[in-house]
Amino acid sequence: MSEPNDVRDDVIVSRRGILVGGAASAAVSAIPASAGAAAPQPGPATMTVSFSVNGRKQDLVLDTRTTLLDALREHLHLTGTKKGCDHGQCGACTVIVDGKRINSCLSLAVQHQGDAITTIEGLGMPDDLHPMQQAFIRHDGFQCGYCTPGQICSAVAVLDEIKAGVPSHVSENLTGPMRPTNMELRERMSGNICRCGAYSNIAEAMADVAGVDAAGERA
Amino acid sequence: MKAFTYERAKTPAEAAAIVARMPGAKFLAGGTNLLDLMKLQIEAPSHLVDVQDLGLDRIEKAPDGGLRIGALVTNTTLAADERVRRDYGVLTRAIVAGASGQLRNKATTAGNLLQRTRCPYFYDTNQACNKRRPGSGCAAIGGYSRQLGVIGVSKSCIATYPGDMAVALRVLDARVETVNAQGATRTIPIAEFHRLWGDTPHIETALAPGELITAVSLPAPIGGRHLYQKVRDRASYAFALVSVAAVIQPDGSGRVAFGGVAPRPWRVEAAEALLPQGARAVVTRAFAGATTSSENAFKVPLAERTLASVIAQAKG
Ligand SMILES: Cc1cc2nc3c(=O)[nH]c(=O)nc-3n(C[C@H](O)[C@H](O)[C@H](O)COP(=O)(O)OP(=O)(O)OC[C@H]3O[C@@H](n4cnc5c(N)ncnc54)[C@H](O)[C@@H]3O)c2cc1C
Ligand code: SF4
Ligand code: FES
Ligand code: FES
Repeated sequence: MSEPNDVRDDVIVSRRGILVGGAASAAVSAIPASAGAAAPQPGPATMTVSFSVNGRKQDLVLDTRTTLLDALREHLHLTGTKKGCDHGQCGACTVIVDGKRINSCLSLAVQHQGDAITTIEGLGMPDDLHPMQQAFIRHDGFQCGYCTPGQICSAVAVLDEIKAGVPSHVSENLTGPMRPTNMELRERMSGNICRCGAYSNIAEAMADVAGVDAAGERA
Repeated sequence: MKAFTYERAKTPAEAAAIVARMPGAKFLAGGTNLLDLMKLQIEAPSHLVDVQDLGLDRIEKAPDGGLRIGALVTNTTLAADERVRRDYGVLTRAIVAGASGQLRNKATTAGNLLQRTRCPYFYDTNQACNKRRPGSGCAAIGGYSRQLGVIGVSKSCIATYPGDMAVALRVLDARVETVNAQGATRTIPIAEFHRLWGDTPHIETALAPGELITAVSLPAPIGGRHLYQKVRDRASYAFALVSVAAVIQPDGSGRVAFGGVAPRPWRVEAAEALLPQGARAVVTRAFAGATTSSENAFKVPLAERTLASVIAQAKG
C-alpha cells in the first residue's frame, strides 16, 4: 500500500473496519487465515488496529509489517520517538506500553490492539514538562538529543520498576526492596545507548527525580 | 520484511492446529527475536499466529510444591516473582543478566527458550550457513569463531545456544509442557529440549512442527546458594562468552551448568559430582573432548575461572 502523508487518510470510521478515505485505503483488508483457510494471501496484507497513544484513541489501517515505531512516527507523526538501530540494540525507540517500557522497533503495531501507549510527547511538552524532562535539562543529560526521548521514557519506567521491586543484575539482595543507587540506575539503563556519552548526567538526573544521592540514600 | 498475514489464536490447541496446518506459519510471542530475524529475512514466515491471548501468562503453584510458569509470562515478571526470587534465585539472576530492561518486559518464557543463535555468519545472509540454509556449509568453521561453541558442536555447525534463562532452568531440572495440533499434551525434560544437532543444525529443539509450549514447570525448591555468573565483552547488555549457573549446597555439593559454550545449556552430571574437589576437576570432566579453535580456546580456562569464582562466592 502507498504511505499516506496525512494520517487522516488512514482513519477508519466504522467499527466493522470498512475503510473510507483516499486512494491509500484501497488496499486489501486482512483475511484472517484461521477458519480452515488455504494458503496465505500473496502480497502485502493490511489490518485494522486500535490503541490509545498519549490518551487519544487511534484507529489505523496498516500493513501487517508495520512496527509500533513506524506506526507512531510515519502514520501518527509522533516523531519524538527515534529510530536508531531498528533491532532492539540501542533503546532510542523506547516507549511505555501499559506502564512498561519496551523497544517499539521490535513490536508489530498489530500486537498492540487495545493497548495504552505513552511516548515522549505524552510525558510532557515544552510548556508542561515531566519532572524527568526537567531533570535532564537541569543535569545536562544530553548533547545531540537523539537518544534522549528513549532515555527519558526508559528513566521514568526504571524508577517505577525499582518501586515495584523488580531486581536487576547488580541487586545484591534479591528478596529485599530495590534501591535506586547509582550502580542500579546505570545497570537498568544499559538498554539505552548514548553516542554522546551523557550517561553520568542521565544517572544524576534520575537520582534527582528519585530524591536520592549516589548511594541511593534519601537526599 | 516479507509480507505475512497475522491472526490471534484463542486457545492453545487452535494455535497449534493453525501452525501445523499452514506451511510457513509461525507463533509470535514477544517478537523480540522473531521480528529481528524477519527484518533480516533470516526468518520469512507467511503467517504469524500471535499467542498473547491464550491465557498462558500466570505463574501458579504446582501440586508437587514447585511452580508452573505460563509460556507467555514475561522475563521481567518471572524474574521479579517473589517465589522465584526466594526459592529459585539462580533463575532470577540468569534472566536479569540477559538483554535489557525493555527487552525483558516484552520477551516471554517460551520465546526466550526458543531464541536462535547469535553466530555472526547466521546473521549474514551472504555467508554459507547450514543452520540458515541446510547443506550450504558453515562459514564459521575456520572463520571468526571467538563467540562460538567449544563442546557438543558438530562438523556441520559450531554455534551456541546463546540464552541465559535456559542455563538456570537446566540446573533446576525444569520441564517444558506442550500441546500439539491434535490437542495432545506432553512434557519434555529441559535436558532433552535443546538438541545436540549433529548434521541437522537447523533442527534445534525437540518440538515437532506446530507444537506449542504452554508452560515451563519447576520442581519443588532444592535450597542451596543460587548463583549465576556471566562473563561478556561489556558489563551489561551483551551475550555471554561463558556463563555459569549453579546451586551449591552447604556441604559443597551441588549442580552446575555452563552457557555460551555449546548448542545447549551444558550440564554434565558426572562432572558436577566433582564440585567438592573444585573448579578444575569439574571443568576437566565437563569439557572432556572439547573441540576448540585458536580463537575460542580461551573459553575452557575461562569456564574454570568463572566456576572457581562461583564456588568462592558460595562459601562467602
Ligand atoms: C539486543 C538484544 C540483546 C539480547 N541479549 C540477550 C542476552 O544477553 N541473553 C539472552 O538470554 N537473551 C538475549 N536476547 C534475546 C531475548 O532474550 C529474546 O529475544 C527473547 O527472550 C525472545 O522472546 P520473545 O517472546 O520475544 O520471542 P519471539 O521473538 O516472539 O519468538 C521466538 C521464537 O519462539 C517461537 N515461540 C514463541 N512462543 C512460542 C510458544 N509458546 N510455543 C512455541 N514456539 C514459540 C517463535 O515462533 C519464534 O520462533 C537479546 C535480544 C536482543 C534483541
Ligand atoms: S556455526 Fe552454525 S550458525 Fe554459524 S555459520 Fe556455521 S552452521 Fe551457521
Ligand atoms: S531503534 Fe529500537 S532499539 Fe534501536
Ligand atoms: S545525547 Fe547524543 S546520543 Fe545521547
